[in-house]
Amino acid sequence: MNRTRWLTHALLVLACVLITAPIVFALVKATQTRTQVLSPSLVPGGMLFENVRAAWTGGNLGIYMRNSLIVAAAVTFGKTLLSLMAATALVYFDFPLRRFVFGFILLTLLTPLEVLVLPLFDLVSQEPPESWAAFWQWLRHPANILNPTFGFGWANTYWAIIMPFLASATGVFLFNQHFRSIPRSLADAAKMDGAGPLRFLRSVLVPLSWNTIGALAVIQFVYVWDQYLWPRIIIRREETQVVQVGLSALLNASDRTEWGQVMAAALITIIPPLLVFGLLQEQFMRGFALSSEK
Amino acid sequence: MQNAVFKGRALAWLLLLPTLLILLVFIYYPLLQSFVGSVFRSNLFLGTRQFVGLENFRALFVGPLAPAYYQALGQTLVFSLGVVLIGLALSLGIATLANQPVRGARVYRLLLIWPFALSPAVAGTVFVFLFNPQVGVVNDVLGTLFNIRPRWLDTPPLTFALVTAAAIWKNLGYNIVFYLAALRNIPGELGEAAQLDGANGPQRFWRVTFPLLGPMTFFLVFTNLTFAFFDTFGMIDIMTRGGPIGRPPLDETGVTTTLIYKIFQDGFSGTGNLGVAAAQSTVLLFIVAGIALLQFRFGNRRVYYGGG
Repeated sequence: MNRTRWLTHALLVLACVLITAPIVFALVKATQTRTQVLSPSLVPGGMLFENVRAAWTGGNLGIYMRNSLIVAAAVTFGKTLLSLMAATALVYFDFPLRRFVFGFILLTLLTPLEVLVLPLFDLVSQEPPESWAAFWQWLRHPANILNPTFGFGWANTYWAIIMPFLASATGVFLFNQHFRSIPRSLADAAKMDGAGPLRFLRSVLVPLSWNTIGALAVIQFVYVWDQYLWPRIIIRREETQVVQVGLSALLNASDRTEWGQVMAAALITIIPPLLVFGLLQEQFMRGFALSSEK
Repeated sequence: MQNAVFKGRALAWLLLLPTLLILLVFIYYPLLQSFVGSVFRSNLFLGTRQFVGLENFRALFVGPLAPAYYQALGQTLVFSLGVVLIGLALSLGIATLANQPVRGARVYRLLLIWPFALSPAVAGTVFVFLFNPQVGVVNDVLGTLFNIRPRWLDTPPLTFALVTAAAIWKNLGYNIVFYLAALRNIPGELGEAAQLDGANGPQRFWRVTFPLLGPMTFFLVFTNLTFAFFDTFGMIDIMTRGGPIGRPPLDETGVTTTLIYKIFQDGFSGTGNLGVAAAQSTVLLFIVAGIALLQFRFGNRRVYYGGG
């Protein structure tokens, strides 16, 4: 018994070391000077703040972080709100095509955005029509739909990396499951008390859904924070670029990569998702346990 | 369907409108354009567009572009298989250990699940430095101990293995989080009952725990496949840009060029015919949709956690 326990500890320590080592290495290297960082030395230096500052201002890390935070917050909030609204309609209303609409939403789980980047690029980057009249003129020829010449004109803007992500089949699905586990009598009681659907959503459903909201928020935040391909394509300016692509820009900024700065920047990009995960960890685990139990 | 609680169809549609509009404009419409685009020959530079039927697909599967496409397809499959099999085996083993009632289990769990917050781009960045042939710490160690300094990023088989390893490492935290959550839901009495019946440790694991984790494993197989197919793009872009070119017969394209990376190269790096890139998107779409349908058909419908 004692020997198995030792073995368990030994294996766990080994796993922790293997998983953590690359980041500890990055942390040490982020503290070293320009010459130290290129040497095999693993002795921490005193340059952490200098490296962070250099990356933050010289390498535009500050701008990238601001952009990523704005985009991730907007998408996480928007997705949660829109999914809550859609699930409320699907669960507490009856209307023709209800099942069709649910299917229409769920079907999008089959099509990751990455596969659609070519047409999305045209749609988002092409210039919008000059006037409604021009748009109307265009719409009147159905064949035009085969060769779109208009778009949103959003290249290099936040809109381009926020709008396509706002709807969430995952979110609608999870809230749909969760709402169905809430006793019907609550809704009936709320209605008797004269509460309308929106009031019911705000004062009953949302307070009962914090675990699901927390779980969804963690997943969506990390998902948006990690986005790389789409921003790499649609954003070509530093002022609106996100931090993941910015990291690659920092890496290739010059022929002689400033590894200390790059490592410092890499570590800083991990902080927001870590914070979100740390704050919502309990909701995440519980919201998840709840949805997998039933 | 139970009776509706609230009346008022207009409000129901109003609540659904934002979601439906966004899906229609940013998923269904581009989807249609993707299909349309794949049956035209489009020239980016001349701005011309000509209907060619299935010509782009022919070029991809039996025409001049086939060797490169099959290479990318094969590489993607081997890469995904490695990520799923090795990644899940490691994660399951580690999560099972961390679920044991040992002293300091909380600390272990904390140290094990934090890579959940790692992005593919960060994983790529750190690995590129660790395995840098000149200044990387791995080659410092290997050079000192064995006097070898492998060129990790331009030796085809090594580079492929390295990118696979980086992808597995990046996703360990994610897999361990979900396995730990699932393990937490398994009642302890089941293991104790098996123990009373004389089952030893490995037997308890394979006969009791592993089957109960089935739905979770199934779910993780699919999320890891999606990860390997798409999310690794940033990692590959940072580490190798799809390269290096392999030895024949793997010299048609870079050995770390996955299907999505190839779409990116053909669609955005100035090759003449966008139609071929659109055709590739269509093929990839059918592959992913097929995989996802398998999940819906056979999986536990109640666990879906993806990005979309």
